[in-house]
Amino acid sequence: MSTLAAGSIALPLDNEQLAQLHQVVAGLSAGQLQWVSGYTAGLAAADIAPLVPVTEPGNGLTILYGSQTGNGQEIAEKLADQARTKGFATTLKSLAEFKHTSLKREKLVTFVISTHGEGDPPDDAELFHEFILSSQAPKLPNLRYFVLALGDSSYVNYCQTGRELDARLAELGAERLETLVECDLDYEDAARDWSTKVLQKLPELLQAGKAAPHLRAIAGTSMYDKQRPFPAKVLVNQKITGAASSKDVRHIELSLEGSGLKYEPGDALAVIVENPPQLVEQFLSEFGFAATSVVTVGEEETTIEDALSRRLEITVPNLGFLRVWSEHSHAAELQELMRPGHQAELSAFMDSHQIIDIIRKYPATLRVEEFASSLRKLSARSYSIASSQTANPDEVHLTVAALRYNAFDTEHWGAASTHIADRISEGDTLSVYVEPNPRFRLPENDKPIIMIGPGTGVAPFRAFVEERAERDASGKNWLIFGDRNFSSDFLYQLEWQRYLTQGRLHRLDVAFSRDQDEKLYVQQRIRENGAEIYSWLEGGAVIYVCGDAKQMAGDVDRALAEVIAIQSNISTSDANLHLKELRREGRYQRDVY
Amino acid sequence: MSDPVLTDVERIKANSRHLRGTLTASLDDPLTGAIADDDTQLSKFHGIYQQDDRDIRSERKRQRLEPAYSFMIRARIPGGVMTTGQWRAMDRIALKHANSTIRLTTRQAIQFHGVIKKNLKTSIAAINQSMLDTLAACGDVNRNVMAPPLPFLSEIHRAVQSHADALSTHLTPKTGAYHEIWLDGEKVESLQPDVEPIYGDTYLPRKFKTAFVVPPQNDTDVFAQDLGYVAIVESGQLVGYNVTVGGGMGMSHGEPATYPRLGEVLGFCTPEQVTAVAEAIVTTQRDFGDRTNRKHARLKYTIDDRGIDWFRGEVERRLDSRLGVPRPHAFVGNGDVYGWQQDDSGAWHYTLFVQNGRVADIADRRLLSGLRRIATTHDGEFRLTPNQNLIISNVPADKKDTIAALLSEYGIENSEQATQLRLNSMACVAFPTCALAMAESERYLPSLIDRLDELLAKVGLSGDAITIRMTGCPNGCARPYIAEIGLVGKGPGTYNLYLGAGFAGDRLGCLYRDNADENEIIAALSPLFAAYAGQRRDSERFGDFIIRQRVVREITAGRFFHEGPADA
Repeated sequence: MSTLAAGSIALPLDNEQLAQLHQVVAGLSAGQLQWVSGYTAGLAAADIAPLVPVTEPGNGLTILYGSQTGNGQEIAEKLADQARTKGFATTLKSLAEFKHTSLKREKLVTFVISTHGEGDPPDDAELFHEFILSSQAPKLPNLRYFVLALGDSSYVNYCQTGRELDARLAELGAERLETLVECDLDYEDAARDWSTKVLQKLPELLQAGKAAPHLRAIAGTSMYDKQRPFPAKVLVNQKITGAASSKDVRHIELSLEGSGLKYEPGDALAVIVENPPQLVEQFLSEFGFAATSVVTVGEEETTIEDALSRRLEITVPNLGFLRVWSEHSHAAELQELMRPGHQAELSAFMDSHQIIDIIRKYPATLRVEEFASSLRKLSARSYSIASSQTANPDEVHLTVAALRYNAFDTEHWGAASTHIADRISEGDTLSVYVEPNPRFRLPENDKPIIMIGPGTGVAPFRAFVEERAERDASGKNWLIFGDRNFSSDFLYQLEWQRYLTQGRLHRLDVAFSRDQDEKLYVQQRIRENGAEIYSWLEGGAVIYVCGDAKQMAGDVDRALAEVIAIQSNISTSDANLHLKELRREGRYQRDVY
Repeated sequence: MSDPVLTDVERIKANSRHLRGTLTASLDDPLTGAIADDDTQLSKFHGIYQQDDRDIRSERKRQRLEPAYSFMIRARIPGGVMTTGQWRAMDRIALKHANSTIRLTTRQAIQFHGVIKKNLKTSIAAINQSMLDTLAACGDVNRNVMAPPLPFLSEIHRAVQSHADALSTHLTPKTGAYHEIWLDGEKVESLQPDVEPIYGDTYLPRKFKTAFVVPPQNDTDVFAQDLGYVAIVESGQLVGYNVTVGGGMGMSHGEPATYPRLGEVLGFCTPEQVTAVAEAIVTTQRDFGDRTNRKHARLKYTIDDRGIDWFRGEVERRLDSRLGVPRPHAFVGNGDVYGWQQDDSGAWHYTLFVQNGRVADIADRRLLSGLRRIATTHDGEFRLTPNQNLIISNVPADKKDTIAALLSEYGIENSEQATQLRLNSMACVAFPTCALAMAESERYLPSLIDRLDELLAKVGLSGDAITIRMTGCPNGCARPYIAEIGLVGKGPGTYNLYLGAGFAGDRLGCLYRDNADENEIIAALSPLFAAYAGQRRDSERFGDFIIRQRVVREITAGRFFHEGPADA
């Protein structure tokens, strides 16, 4: 096969793309090459989602380092330079930047890792180290690796982190290409020898491993859906608000491995939940029901305890329940509330009371069957997905605020959020299915977007930015985020900072309501930046709003109308019409709840 | 592998437009509680260190939150002399913007910890309003100038303090950046270029420390300083100073090219020459100090590399005169003298023991509140000692009882239970705020002393002064290498143990145990205490006993700190 030469003719690909293409087609038979040419032509014609992800790891050398003093980083950088000079596709990353779970897709990795203090991993490798030693670490049958360990032999556990990593990788099924090399403070010579050895082996390693890239189809159906939810293993259940926060927000990562489930940024994940056991207990004792009393739910017979735990809605009141309850309790107040013309009071009442509050406030005696049939079925809870599947093929991430509060002198719990936060640990499973949300979608790659997502409303925007980074989308991304306190409630702060540095997020404005005397919200940032928001809109930007429907969505809507009115010098009612038009065009999309 | 390239910090200084950098933009950035990387080097020159709460560093990383950044602000107080009004101002800042504590440093400055970025400017402005400042409290410049705090010989001490003040003023950077950034001052830079007549555009290669001392007390630890002035008093008159150069504590574990070193006498100067001598020494170091390696950049290495005679020649050339022949001087100790002392003018001074310099309300010992109260009734001075203590100074005889009553009311008077070991102890801050800490220090030393006190009591040594100092890393802020028991953090829970230093801070200790945990420290010291109790000669100090018994080598010079002549 002839070699593609850059620069000889005007090619539509840059050198790097050319190199990638070259690597992809190397070693293919004539027939395979023809198939590829047809396939790529088809791609161009049909504008379908590409079959091959943009970056598939594992076809070059990946160098990962964990470095406390910078020595390890320096060695890794030098090696990367040398490998690239020799023409090998090389990825260099700090272990802090490297997505741990993608290790299983790597084929050839060189680790440079130091140990500091008494056998501790360097700061940037701390989480990776914990992951790889944990039971969550995946099997690595496809991985081949080198490890260079750095340390200070005046400590007992010198090079400990490197040793642990080296042993653990082998244990996970990876193939050790060279015996672990340990370097002391005078690491230079040993590190140079080691690098030379690695470089010498590369031609053979990358030649042999240079198979056709793994093709992954986007389309396809899963056997799991609403009727048959997928039991997803919980990989991560991590509180992401600081210790001083008034909130408990969780970052949840679930494994979709083997499910065939597909989602797009903007979609939601429905989670089958169970009710708080403390609350079930309270209901039983409130009525004096025996936990084993038999009730019928739908067609099935079960115990009341099981029904209250898993089958019936026992937190959020609905009208059906209120109707039954006002009859049995004969409570005048409740009956009055149910009469026509009290819409507003009724809805305020339902917002402020859970079912347990109502039965305590207006006591009544019901038989266990009567009570069970007054309750509706427990429904799945939906959460905006916080991850891009392009970036995380086998995972789905959620951002969940655990709802706990005090009312009527007793503790209250949100059923789903506390189920996830308090009662599900890493390793447990959650039953889930995907709920598509076609009305909340990223635009074409070159379009700018403005994302307004205070609190956990930021979740889909994490997916958006991650997806656009994967796609290498050229459109600019502007996020407006708000919460209570900067120091403890800046959800995904480190990720946003990294995206900004990488040029994947272009602008980030924040409003923390409780860091100063006067409250400050996202709508204020919208007003302050009116001229720029308007100019982004003029440039074709799509505006997205996600989060609280009761207060925030309206406040943001008014602020946007105000901005448009001021900037284009029209009346507020015309500005509202303009916003409506934007919504109709899909340039103002909301996911509020 | 020697590398002739200038360090990154040199680049940052050179591009900083006299310490401006991008500090203003960093302060305004709402997305991080930190300042830009380069600015973290420059902020030091303004007396500000970026830190983070290391107790929760990994927890925050898991939470996908940046480290809990906050700042340490160091206020510069030449000679440690401040009015009680100034103390009240510092107290307000501590309560309002910092962690409700004031930290007295080992160099007579005070530190606030836990100041978040948005409170930095207000805090610095408040410090300036009290007529103190933070400029050059850290950074590659001459830092807070130390002077003996306890005025036994009030006339002599007054003169020494005035020389210290003059020197401090002379060596303060002249950049307008400080006023611009912190005090919303006029942008002088745009009107006329700043000039640093002494430092030049890149300041010094490394930090530079100066102290004055009046023998026989070596309370300012003059030998630990880059530059020292030892007052020579003859017939009751201050005739001049022996000038010492090349002291410095810092080293790095595992790097034998780095070592602590004691200053050596360069010559004698008259009181009139003090400032000129300092400038000649500072500019020599400016021009010849190593700017390619920050671990080899202190004056001590310049002198060891080129020789003391060369150095004296260069200084005399710049001075355009010869230094005099050193006069004899002698020191008895480097600690503080506690309790009430009367000076020769009749005024009273109370040296208050402040464990590790931490002024805080802890249980019944309400140091912060008590000193606030005393600062409102007493209109004399507070003087900060180099041993992290505080002197309530210039108390008229008729006010003595009032002060004593307040000390007792707040439970802060020097306790009779405090052993001599504790009274002669120092620890640096270390965890959770110091970025350099490898082991605990301030939070740990008190409990280690509890255990050592038991050992000492057993052998009847509770009343004997032994100096003990601990640091969380080898940089040596608490000057551990000149404590009779020096403990230097190596890793979590482990320390290098140094023994044999001089009680007067005049001899370096020598490594006795490497990487020792608490039990190993106890096991190492226990037999030595017993031997000392049984075999010491009259008034023989613990450090001297250790050397006489050849428990460790005697370190005769910094360059022999790691390994030395076999016959030593």
